[in-house]
Amino acid sequence: MASIVLSNVDKIYAGGVKAVNGLNLEIKDGEFMVLVGPSGCGKSTALRMIAGLEDISGGEIIIGDRVVNHLPPKDRDIAMVFQNYALYPHMTVEENLAFGLKLRKMPKAEISKRVGEAAKMLGLEQYLKRKPAALSGGQRQRVAMGRAIVREPQAFLMDEPLSNLDAKLRVSMRASLNTMHERLGVTTVYVTHDQVEAMTLGDRVCVLRDGLLQQVDTPQNLFDKPVNLFVAGFMGSPSMNFVNAELIRTEGGAAVAFAGYKLPVPDSTFADKAGLDQYIGKKIILGIRPSDFEDAVAANGHAGGWVRLPVRAEVTEELGSEINVLFLIDAPPVQHQDTVAAADAGDDEDATLPLVGDKSLWTARVNSRSHVRPGQNIELVVDTHNLHFFDPTSGLAIGHAANARI
Amino acid sequence: MTSVPPAAAAVRPGARQAARRVGKRLSGRAASAVAIVIAVLWTTPTFGLFLSSLRPEDQIKTTGWWSFFSDPQLTLENYREVLFGTSSSSGKMAGFLINSIVITIPSVLFPLAFAAFAAYALAWVPFRGRNGIYIGVFALQVVPLQMALVPLLSFFSEGVSVFGLQLMPAWELEGPARFAQVWFAHTCFALPFGVFLLHNFMSELPGELIEAARVDGAGHGVIFRRVVLPLIAPALATFGIFQFLWVWNDLLVALIFAGGTSESAPMTVRLAQMAGTRGNEWQRLTAGAFVSLVIPLAVFLSMQRYFVRGLLAGGVKG
Repeated sequence: MASIVLSNVDKIYAGGVKAVNGLNLEIKDGEFMVLVGPSGCGKSTALRMIAGLEDISGGEIIIGDRVVNHLPPKDRDIAMVFQNYALYPHMTVEENLAFGLKLRKMPKAEISKRVGEAAKMLGLEQYLKRKPAALSGGQRQRVAMGRAIVREPQAFLMDEPLSNLDAKLRVSMRASLNTMHERLGVTTVYVTHDQVEAMTLGDRVCVLRDGLLQQVDTPQNLFDKPVNLFVAGFMGSPSMNFVNAELIRTEGGAAVAFAGYKLPVPDSTFADKAGLDQYIGKKIILGIRPSDFEDAVAANGHAGGWVRLPVRAEVTEELGSEINVLFLIDAPPVQHQDTVAAADAGDDEDATLPLVGDKSLWTARVNSRSHVRPGQNIELVVDTHNLHFFDPTSGLAIGHAANARI
Repeated sequence: MTSVPPAAAAVRPGARQAARRVGKRLSGRAASAVAIVIAVLWTTPTFGLFLSSLRPEDQIKTTGWWSFFSDPQLTLENYREVLFGTSSSSGKMAGFLINSIVITIPSVLFPLAFAAFAAYALAWVPFRGRNGIYIGVFALQVVPLQMALVPLLSFFSEGVSVFGLQLMPAWELEGPARFAQVWFAHTCFALPFGVFLLHNFMSELPGELIEAARVDGAGHGVIFRRVVLPLIAPALATFGIFQFLWVWNDLLVALIFAGGTSESAPMTVRLAQMAGTRGNEWQRLTAGAFVSLVIPLAVFLSMQRYFVRGLLAGGVKG
């Protein structure tokens, strides 16, 4: 096991396309690091550079305490799991698992011990004599994992290993990946475009966009304290609601005004977000997570002090325990480049309604006890302690520690 | 939640459906009847040849092979005489049969090996100008063999010289050593097509497979031997069979580079001579032709399963 350090790593393809741009990333020993971002953000390129499958145009990659810039993949002591499994079709499962060990001239007894252990761990024992063609997708995926495990490498590199599985299998493989990492404790770099996978798997998550690092943090911090509009819009499902708003001062304290609504901003928020008070009287972009809404009726008990927001539910999506309420607010959609990029990359479940016009479509996630129906008017309450404020020109989160020095 | 890309899911059932439709149409009753008729039509002459080769000399010369059914008489005399006869007029085919084998086996193995190496390098080893080289090799296929005969002959007999400066000496081979010239010629003529065919197969292999092997610790040598070669076995077999049939049946190249003598000429040369000098002794021709046919038939039947089997199924999710 080892740490992996990327410092100022560049990748410039022939033709001048900059796939990765000055990437600085430190992956600690035993950490599960997820690289996430929309397609074409350079996450796979970064992984392949760590693996040694792509040349590095600039910067330095260190695995353990060795600079590996010019080492071929076989000398980096890493194992990789590919999106389409890449099993050797002419070898049995057992031979697939043992291939890398045989090439390293390991004694036969040790090979069969490791293969046996990995097969037991992954539940592949009865398939050892089969060829990959005779396995299901999930089994092939496990063989691909096993091929990495038997090597006992310094680090696992995984390139969207679950994206070829169906939804249910993906969830269970995600869980077994988690337990596997807990048990083996091997440094893992995991690439995915699925932010749910990123949130559930990663010790820390690294969000990339156009080859540029956006934010590296724990999943919870990414969710609670996104550094800019892009991260805010990309992480979380359904994604964050944005609106152009103005920060104003009223007799009752500060408030944020948009689309005919006025939400008071608690003093604790100003204490929390340094520099936010300088925006009073100015335009900002306000962000509210769908989960920070609640149906006023259903939440009557514990949300007495929260602000009410009367809206008309256009569409409801019932998820069993929760309901996504889609409603329109009377303000044009935020057309900042960051929110547009995040929306393009995000999930397509919040596709725009055809008759939106110049109104923006918001989502609120409320408890299923609310029984709201499409076309119904309901009152929503907002947890004003979790409002997000962004600078309308730079798109950076106001008062975020990482943006303070700018 | 992201969904499985629809394109990947949609292509496969469609293709499979089409394959099933074609399969159904080809296994119908009418299709089977047509296939049988074609098979009978194509086999009849060969069968006649076979039957003639087993009939006594005087019968061959007076009646057609079909009269065998009214007056069945069989003998192995023709074969005995063609293969082992000692008189000057008999075929002496046994020696030429061995020559044919000595010519054919290296002439198949050399191009197979060289073409596989070259195809791997052109498909999976990144180096400058490899596309140019590939296109060059590909273009060589349009050069007719006959055009290269005279240059090759002068290469063997005079070596290579530029403006009087001798760069390579003449080969100056005599007797059985002239086999080497035939091997060399056949290898040269086979390589463009071989490289082209094997390159196409190899570059179809998924890149992740090669990358997985690299991460597993394999260099180019190991990847070539342990991963690529087993997977392109059907292509190797195909190319091997084509090359075998071509060399086995070749008359022109062998006649020019091995000569017509019994110490180095193959069976095809002898058969041509028999047709020329013994045109009136059919019984030997039929037997000789059948001897030359047996070995390719055996090779084809033993390797034909490689045509059918798709080795690549299941390694990568398609």
